[in-house]
Amino acid sequence: MAHLSLTNVGKTYGGSAQAAVADVNIEIRDGEFIVLVGPSGCGKSTLLRMVAGLETITQGEIRIGERLVNQLDPAERDIAMVFQNYALYPHMSVRDNMAYGLKNRGESKAVIEERVAEAARMLELRPYLDRKPRALSGGQRQRVAMGRAIVRQPSAFLFDEPLSNLDAKLRVSMRMEIRKLQKRLGTTSLYVTHDQLEAMTLADRLVVLNGGRVEQIGAPLEVYRAPASTFVASFIGAPAMSLLDAHVENGQVMLEGHALAPVAHEAGPVTLGLRAEDLRITPGGVPMRVDHVEELGAQRIVHGTVGEQALAMIDTSEAPLPETVHLGATPSRVHLFDARTGRRIETASQPVSVPAE
Amino acid sequence: MQKIKPLDHLIVILGALFLCVPVVMALMSSTHAAIDIHSNGLYITPGSHGAETYTKVLTSRGGFTGDVTGLLMLTNSMVMGLGFAVGKIVLSMMAAYALVYFRFRFATLIFWAIFATLLLPLEVRIMPSYQVMSELHLLNTYTGLIVPLLASATGTFFFRQFFRSVPDELLEAARIDGAGPVKFFIDVLVPLSKTMMSAIFIIMFIYGWNQYLWPLLMTTDESFFTLMRGIKSILQVWVGSQIPDYNEAFALAVLAMVPPVAVVVIFQRMFIKGLTESDK
Repeated sequence: MAHLSLTNVGKTYGGSAQAAVADVNIEIRDGEFIVLVGPSGCGKSTLLRMVAGLETITQGEIRIGERLVNQLDPAERDIAMVFQNYALYPHMSVRDNMAYGLKNRGESKAVIEERVAEAARMLELRPYLDRKPRALSGGQRQRVAMGRAIVRQPSAFLFDEPLSNLDAKLRVSMRMEIRKLQKRLGTTSLYVTHDQLEAMTLADRLVVLNGGRVEQIGAPLEVYRAPASTFVASFIGAPAMSLLDAHVENGQVMLEGHALAPVAHEAGPVTLGLRAEDLRITPGGVPMRVDHVEELGAQRIVHGTVGEQALAMIDTSEAPLPETVHLGATPSRVHLFDARTGRRIETASQPVSVPAE
Repeated sequence: MQKIKPLDHLIVILGALFLCVPVVMALMSSTHAAIDIHSNGLYITPGSHGAETYTKVLTSRGGFTGDVTGLLMLTNSMVMGLGFAVGKIVLSMMAAYALVYFRFRFATLIFWAIFATLLLPLEVRIMPSYQVMSELHLLNTYTGLIVPLLASATGTFFFRQFFRSVPDELLEAARIDGAGPVKFFIDVLVPLSKTMMSAIFIIMFIYGWNQYLWPLLMTTDESFFTLMRGIKSILQVWVGSQIPDYNEAFALAVLAMVPPVAVVVIFQRMFIKGLTESDK
């Protein structure tokens, strides 16, 4: 167990002028669960593989514990990795798959035996120890892959989209298991996913990446409540935050000529961000034409347009909706972004409070 | 169950007969005396001289030196076949491993150069190969018989394609597990290639077993005679009123067939098992 520190880490592939990953600075505390999240091609897997030692680091430094690992082989970095397609050795039994890394490190037979047994107990794999991976289901294979990581007792776990090959139901239960296991072992973990829900539920802290750069680092709720940019705003949360062109006049956000909420910001054009659950139907609010309704049971998502701009809101009533509804927003939950750069504009009316864990 | 109508299988039956009858005839004829074969032609019924012919073929000493027995020729052929199969597999696997997993300049070019040697079979380069062996004083040795033919473009090609289909994550997992290049090759790639190895073993064993021209050139010492040359030498004794020992030639031919058939039967089972059990 150790802390992990990435300083100005960057990666430029040979023959490419564009950096795949640039200027990443992350300090990961001992035992912390960090999730790297972003759309495909944002460099999150590249970053993870650089920590693992499977990709060379072209800029910056990566330290695991106090050791600078830039030039070390993956085996010497004291990390364990879980791959998306499990990468189990197909010709070895579950037991041998888990023991292989230990054998290569010259651990004694007794130690190997004990650690494999312990991991098998923890992951409920004991009945399958002598089977080959092909005789296991997807979820069990995933467990074996985790077992292989656990028996090594590494400084850090690296997960590369480990759940994306599983079906939706299994994914939810495995997600919980990974979280519980990580809490129990207290091993520093770095987890890559493109699924924002997975990221929100697993992470101690999220790292949102876009185009090889860090957009925001923070606790899930912090990122959700105060996204640092329009990219983070639209990426984290489902349904996605609606982003609309608006402008500030006389201390009010004006959306298509209607005042929505008071804000402390100078007049001018802004990008307005509104989460679906922060909107409610109130008489005299901003008129929205209802386009279609997604019925989810506990609630419904109403999609509509204000002027020409698309907007989504969550409504919990079951009454039939008129063609046009009037919306109001909680002033403290109104997000403003710079219309040009897309960066968040902090306004006095929205203090960010995240409950301590 | 569907009733089997013989007519439906007519072509299959005819084909099977076409392939099997000559083999049966060789086997049956080998149990008759040479003189009967000479006067009556081939037999399809068993004769009474079987045991004696086969014993003679395996143990009687022949050739100019009088030292060559059937058993010795069988051993020589076996050495050729096994040496070829094993040597080719080892060499082409290592070549393919280097080509696929090591990043070096011109790897593709080298691969295509190896592949292009398919266009140059042994017969094309037989004189230079002979000269090289002769200058290395390797005539009349097993080394000379086997080594010059070991480089295999076919094997390299097959293994290269196979290695490329092995997911990269396996290599990465092995690297994290602390397996170096040699360990990864032996612990992961070799076991995974079992199917491929048995397929190539079948092909190469039979290729080595059936070699005729190269042993003919390389060896003058009769103790290196292979079965293929033995059959030929039996039929060569057409001098004066002597009748060639047809029965013995047939017996040798039958004996020469047994090991390749055995190899195919044994390895085919592994081959099919490997195909049906593997999943990636």
